[in-house]
Amino acid sequence: MVLAAEESLRLDANLVDYALVAAYFAVVLLIGFAARSRVSDSLDFFLSGRSLPAWVTGLAFISANLGAVEIIGMSANGAQFGMATFHYFWIGAVPAMLFLGVVMMPFYYGSKVRSVPEFMRRRFGTGAHLVNALSFALAQVLIAGINLYLLATIVNALLGWPQWISLIVAAAVVLSYITLGGLSAAIYNEVLQFFVIVAALLPLTLIGLHRVGGVGGLIDSIRDSGNENDLSSWPASDLTSIDNPVLSVIGIVFGLGFVLSFGYWTTNFVEVQRAMATKSMSAARSTPIIGSFPKMFIPFIVIVPGMIAAVLVNEVQELKAGGDPGVTYNDSILLLIRDVLPNGLLGVAIAGLLASFMAGMAANISAFNTVFSYDLWQQYVKKDRPDEYYLKVGRLATVGATVTAIFTALIAAGFDNLMDYLQTLFGFFNAPLFATFILGMFWKRMTPTAGWAGLVSGTLAAVLVWSLSEVGVIGLEGQGASFVAAGAAFVVDIVVSVAVSMVTAPKPVSELAGLVYSETPREDRTDPEAHRLPWYQSPTKLAGISLVLVIALNLIFS
Amino acid sequence: MSTSSNGHDAGGAPATGGRRTAGAYDVRVVIAGLIGLYGVVLIVLGIVDYGAAEAAKTGDVNANLWAGIGMLVFALVFVAWTRLRPVVVEDGEAVEDPTGGADTAGR
Repeated sequence: MVLAAEESLRLDANLVDYALVAAYFAVVLLIGFAARSRVSDSLDFFLSGRSLPAWVTGLAFISANLGAVEIIGMSANGAQFGMATFHYFWIGAVPAMLFLGVVMMPFYYGSKVRSVPEFMRRRFGTGAHLVNALSFALAQVLIAGINLYLLATIVNALLGWPQWISLIVAAAVVLSYITLGGLSAAIYNEVLQFFVIVAALLPLTLIGLHRVGGVGGLIDSIRDSGNENDLSSWPASDLTSIDNPVLSVIGIVFGLGFVLSFGYWTTNFVEVQRAMATKSMSAARSTPIIGSFPKMFIPFIVIVPGMIAAVLVNEVQELKAGGDPGVTYNDSILLLIRDVLPNGLLGVAIAGLLASFMAGMAANISAFNTVFSYDLWQQYVKKDRPDEYYLKVGRLATVGATVTAIFTALIAAGFDNLMDYLQTLFGFFNAPLFATFILGMFWKRMTPTAGWAGLVSGTLAAVLVWSLSEVGVIGLEGQGASFVAAGAAFVVDIVVSVAVSMVTAPKPVSELAGLVYSETPREDRTDPEAHRLPWYQSPTKLAGISLVLVIALNLIFS
Repeated sequence: MSTSSNGHDAGGAPATGGRRTAGAYDVRVVIAGLIGLYGVVLIVLGIVDYGAAEAAKTGDVNANLWAGIGMLVFALVFVAWTRLRPVVVEDGEAVEDPTGGADTAGR
């Protein structure tokens, strides 16, 4: 992701702004110390002792995803493509989050596994587990590095600190609160971050709207600038680079809405870990469902500022008209902050941006240390040590991952495009994962060999399609290529898994209890207390309300 | 409400002693504290430091003042929620010193 690094982004922060940012960091560290007093065993450290209420984990679920890539990237898409960007939230996130809560969470939480790869191991054995755990751990360290790099770039651009100092300071803050308080500290900070991000972006959106003359003024300005397409979300041909409107809609619905988003939201341990930290089955299922409510309104404070920047900020206007003002779309939200926020709110905005970038990184690292300790170290290196031993391994893994992330960030600083490519590639691990999980959860005949064979061949299919489109053999580019690659991964994974299952031996049915739908007693995948809960704590009723709302939003803003 | 510990089945030791509220360890207090502090600072800024430069940026709205009021109201709602529905923790599980918790409440 490329940002304009020179003075054009420099914000005129004064002492008050710095004080507001400092207050935020003080509270973050305070949470780390407070959470420390509660960490007594490794389950506490890695899964918060399975004790958190659902609204806390639900907001953390959203916050863990609300990192630099999301805020900078989605406001950039808003400036460039307009309302089509809403699809990333209403098609590409909410349905998958509801599916995770209603259909898949009973297996994750009910089987008492401590991580998503661990579920993989119990269902398919060590072959699929190793593929999943290694690719996940590697991806997390890498993505943490990318988040850290963006954080340092922005601190450098906004405040003028040298990049290496911002790298080390940011890494030290994240490291200290996670090693101190483990997952609880990460989750509590994610909840705090959510509110600080809203406190930063909501005033920005409202003042920006006021400046362009309200919603009507924004629509008129976009129309006057000749970007009528930005005002409709379908068929999103600009976004997908697929000219045929029917194929573009199919690409959005199946590529983004089904394969990519279900792969990301339902199998990504960064997200699922937040739900595993809850105290009951109902709370675990509610976590992504509660998270879906803020998720469907976040675009209004992320995408809309990008659209405002496109008509209000001179540089972005020029960029949209085809000029070369020396900025990129990724700078949109920062330029809008520069132009409309007075000192004071500016400090809140800087704190909110830093919060969001640290949220992303902390989420990657706290998921990494769990998978590293439980799935790699305990499973393959040192088995059967006392619990304190794995707690220590977890803390050391956190330090190791943070230091590695600093070096990854330095590499990212040198090779911008390389990082973009790698991130796309890691995205491809997710698409076949969803196919393998969903088949494995509902088809008891699926064999361990099919588990890893499906994953590997699905990933290879995605990489193949994507590489072919990169070199121009398939006439697709940008997002359209990722959608088709993910679709290919899904289909190949299913076909290979079914074919391999037919010729290899399945696991004995007795080992599948809690892991496969037909072999799991009803009381193991439901909450015995569920009938006593009021409607606002019932996962399925909440999911129904969320689904109706998101369909309404899709219709209103089509 | 999901913040109470009814149905607590985390597998820890059974509750032997009494129960008490989490006090300042409740994440809602921390959130209210930080956002409330932001609100107060912004309100003061909006009153003492609203001039032509600020008005030009925001389009003649005292943005600091209004955003500050909004944040302060939000913080008060969160404090009220914490008071009405306190988190209950079992003895010895989380909070070592109840008075220490009370002293730092609302900071």
